[in-house]
Amino acid sequence: MSYFVVVGTRDNPLYEAEFGLARSDLKREEHKHLNQFIVHAALDMVDEAMWGTKEMYLKTVDKFNDFFVSAYVTASGIRFMLLHDSPNSDGIRNFFTETHELFIKTLLNPFYELNAPITSPTFDTKVKALGKKYLG
Amino acid sequence: MAGRLSMVNTASFENSRYALAKKIPILDRTLSKGHAEVGISAFAFLFSEMLQYSQKRVNGIQDLERKLADFGYRVGIRALELITWRDKGGKRETRVLNVLYFVHSVMWKSLFGKQADSLEKSTDNEDEYMISDNDPVVTRYISVPREYSSLNCGAFIAGIVEAVLDGSQFPARVSAHSNPMEGYPGRTTLVIKFDKSVMEREKDAEPKR
Repeated sequence: MSYFVVVGTRDNPLYEAEFGLARSDLKREEHKHLNQFIVHAALDMVDEAMWGTKEMYLKTVDKFNDFFVSAYVTASGIRFMLLHDSPNSDGIRNFFTETHELFIKTLLNPFYELNAPITSPTFDTKVKALGKKYLG
Repeated sequence: MAGRLSMVNTASFENSRYALAKKIPILDRTLSKGHAEVGISAFAFLFSEMLQYSQKRVNGIQDLERKLADFGYRVGIRALELITWRDKGGKRETRVLNVLYFVHSVMWKSLFGKQADSLEKSTDNEDEYMISDNDPVVTRYISVPREYSSLNCGAFIAGIVEAVLDGSQFPARVSAHSNPMEGYPGRTTLVIKFDKSVMEREKDAEPKR
């Protein structure tokens, strides 16, 4: 199971997605809220980690029970957060990089405002396909 | 041709015409490194239209400069993401001098086809830096009437720079000032004043002795 969210510069969510839901996960409906809590708490760790490196991919920034939180910071301070239960560094790096490319293309659209939620169905389909490809 | 400048664009002109004809969705187009160039006359025309549009909707010079800076901000935030992706292999900047150098060279080159002419640190204030351009394209074909003498169209570039610094998490106030020199009547200096939080963080980042 993994939960992905794009966080804007004002700590506002721009896009959310969930990948690889197993049947046992479906029962745990309340976990949806928990996911948001865990990722929100990890934002502070990102703020700290992002000044120690020039890399955009910050690897795992936080842990919660069996879950890991990986983060990626773009040039304009948009954060990609991924909550996942299995360590898979290379797959996550590829997933973040390719999602970043999609995000830049979205941003270049003059009708898209910075920090606005991403509602494009094409973006959604493409991110979900990337999730299937790299995060299993 | 001497008077050409390159602009931020998602694809070269030919590419985008192809994309339009075929109706390729933007998310399927390439962000390739090909640097698109735009004719300076086309740019000058568009910029002059922008000025006229803004001028009809503002009261006073400060208002006009703010509006130009707002236009610039929209360009800058996109330019930052795109140029970092294209020219820097996805590395962020974490230090004040590096981010200023990025603006002065990499970004200027990508937007205007050349580096800015100088990058200086203010001698009076720790948190002030100046970037100057001898002949910025935004002032090259604009002659400012006397009653607008304090207006500098470099406010547009100031907006771009402010967005780049803001986006890189170095909040700053950027203002454009005419600073003519012999032979360069349109010379413009951008004064960059960083936020207090930036200077504090910079102090913490100094290697400890």
